[in-house]
Amino acid sequence: MLKTYLKEQKRKKDILLMTHIVIGYPDFEQSLNIVETMVNAGVDMMELQIPFSEPIADGPVILKANQKALENGASVRECIEFAKQVSSRFDIPILFMTYYNILFKYGIERFARVMAENGLKGAIVPDLPPEESADYLKAMSDYNLAPIFIYAPTTSEQRMKYINEFAQGFIYCVARKGVTGAETSFASQLESYLSRCREATDLPLAVGFGVKSKKDVDYLKGKADIAVIGSQTIRLADQQGMAGVEDFIRGLR
Amino acid sequence: MDNRGYYSQFGGAFLPEILAATFDELEKMFEDVKNDPGFWQAYEEIMSSYSCRPTPLTFAGNLTDHFGGAKIYIKREDLNHTGAHKANNVMGQGLLVQRMGKKRVIAETGAGQHGVATATMAARFGFDCTIYMGEVDVERQRPNVFWMERLGAAVCPVKDGTRILKDAINEAFRDWVSNMDTTHYVLGTACGPSPFPEMVTYFQSVIGTEARAQILKVEGQLPARVYACVGGGSNAMGLFSGFLDDPVELVGVEAGGKGLNSGKHASRLCAEDASIGVAQGYKTYFLQNSDGQMRETHSIAAGLDYVGVSPILSDLKESGKARFEAATDTEVVEALSLTIQKEGVIPALESAHAFVQAFKEAPQLSKDDIIIINQSGRGDKDIFTVADAFDDPGWKAFITRKAKQYNA
Repeated sequence: MLKTYLKEQKRKKDILLMTHIVIGYPDFEQSLNIVETMVNAGVDMMELQIPFSEPIADGPVILKANQKALENGASVRECIEFAKQVSSRFDIPILFMTYYNILFKYGIERFARVMAENGLKGAIVPDLPPEESADYLKAMSDYNLAPIFIYAPTTSEQRMKYINEFAQGFIYCVARKGVTGAETSFASQLESYLSRCREATDLPLAVGFGVKSKKDVDYLKGKADIAVIGSQTIRLADQQGMAGVEDFIRGLR
Repeated sequence: MDNRGYYSQFGGAFLPEILAATFDELEKMFEDVKNDPGFWQAYEEIMSSYSCRPTPLTFAGNLTDHFGGAKIYIKREDLNHTGAHKANNVMGQGLLVQRMGKKRVIAETGAGQHGVATATMAARFGFDCTIYMGEVDVERQRPNVFWMERLGAAVCPVKDGTRILKDAINEAFRDWVSNMDTTHYVLGTACGPSPFPEMVTYFQSVIGTEARAQILKVEGQLPARVYACVGGGSNAMGLFSGFLDDPVELVGVEAGGKGLNSGKHASRLCAEDASIGVAQGYKTYFLQNSDGQMRETHSIAAGLDYVGVSPILSDLKESGKARFEAATDTEVVEALSLTIQKEGVIPALESAHAFVQAFKEAPQLSKDDIIIINQSGRGDKDIFTVADAFDDPGWKAFITRKAKQYNA
């Protein structure tokens, strides 16, 4: 189980790292190089985003990566093939991240089956709240996959507990309002928010949106279990290539 | 949110968690106002004193004679303030924003009509206002951009994706997830996550309610058919709402663009390349590929150039309670031209889609039958597009001279 695995890993480290790539950006070959670089640099888990034409929760960096991947012709079939390669080559949990329409059009049961067959451990679907999730939850449960749900600073305690009834693996705590990739001030209000999250669930807590430096990761130690780095590694890969990504990840802990 | 807003399998609220609380608040506020007769009174008061409600129902005698069939009436939503039905929804949501105590509004716009309407509302109520508009639409609807900016709105051209209406909606959502404490998103059509489809329909239903009472008063009988163009579906839902329980055929007309087999159209309910999906927070028919990626759409009318359609209309289609047709760009320009010449009214290119289908069917109906066409907006805004379609030499010469003046 993903939750048990993460709790075991957490005993060995102050904090775990999860990184994010958009599959097929800038192309499939380089996507694989980025994954390899990240795994070698020591990340503990990865989310692979299947690009979607309407990524409403994503900010400019990931939005452009989605568009570029689609312009290059990235198909869902190729993305699944890519995920299969990644999960067979690397010994860390691999998740899919995408928007609900990708699952819906592929067939939710079929999507879950293919994830399980290809060694993926769970999925993050930011536009699918638990209320709309009945088919998804059943399929994920049938194939022993973790449906990852999201907490936000605007989520009430009552709703956090409600979401926790459906969540598996870990909870993705969005650090602030807004979309991916913008600045986050890791300040005292985040501390009280994370302690509310901690109260509501015994699943590991991952914190994402705006995590981009060792200082941010240090801040999260003791308050969360997993730091999520998304837009920043895409920026670095664009600007400094693989060496930049590797140095950056090695420098985070 | 307790009410997920489903119409059989269509609708729902597929929201990022960050917006869940905002939608709870919006849903509660909307329930409150629906149960408050004072709110509707205030709405009617502002629509009659600030806009032009009730809008007239015009008998189109010359067109009726021309086609020799059903009596043709035109519901004149073009006579609203800012020249389209969009004012109905915008003023309603503006009153809601006042109640919620928010100080800023954002909106998407395609043709610019919803953007202009929102900007006037914001000016009148004293709200800050930002309008998202696809870069392509900024070019083809420049006069509306001018007015939005004069009205004090910030117009943000959207350069991502297909750079039209759907991309403007995405960008408005991205703004909203950052600023929901102070900001209300005035969604312009009967689409998006619940409660927007119901709420926009609620404010637009004034069109159908009036039209029904007006035709009964003048003719003493109901129309056989009513026609409305369908982009997102707000003017169609507005007109259809008045006749849902009547033996009246509801006809929605989509943008057939360069033809349904051309790949260049915006027909979600008639075309084979549309299928059910979930995007922009709701489930409906979308123009998408087999992977679920949204396709490019095309229409001569920016306001119909959209990948999705109201979930309520998808339901009406599946249940057979409404019929949907498509009109091509060429047919639209012809119908527009005929309407201008015969009746001296100038429908928007969007509205002219409804006229196309009504003109096809009127001759087959009896002289005792009545049809109503919704003229959802006026065509002045389309002067550049229509002048190009007519290849108008006088206009081209004028623009050339004007450009020279600016370059001098």
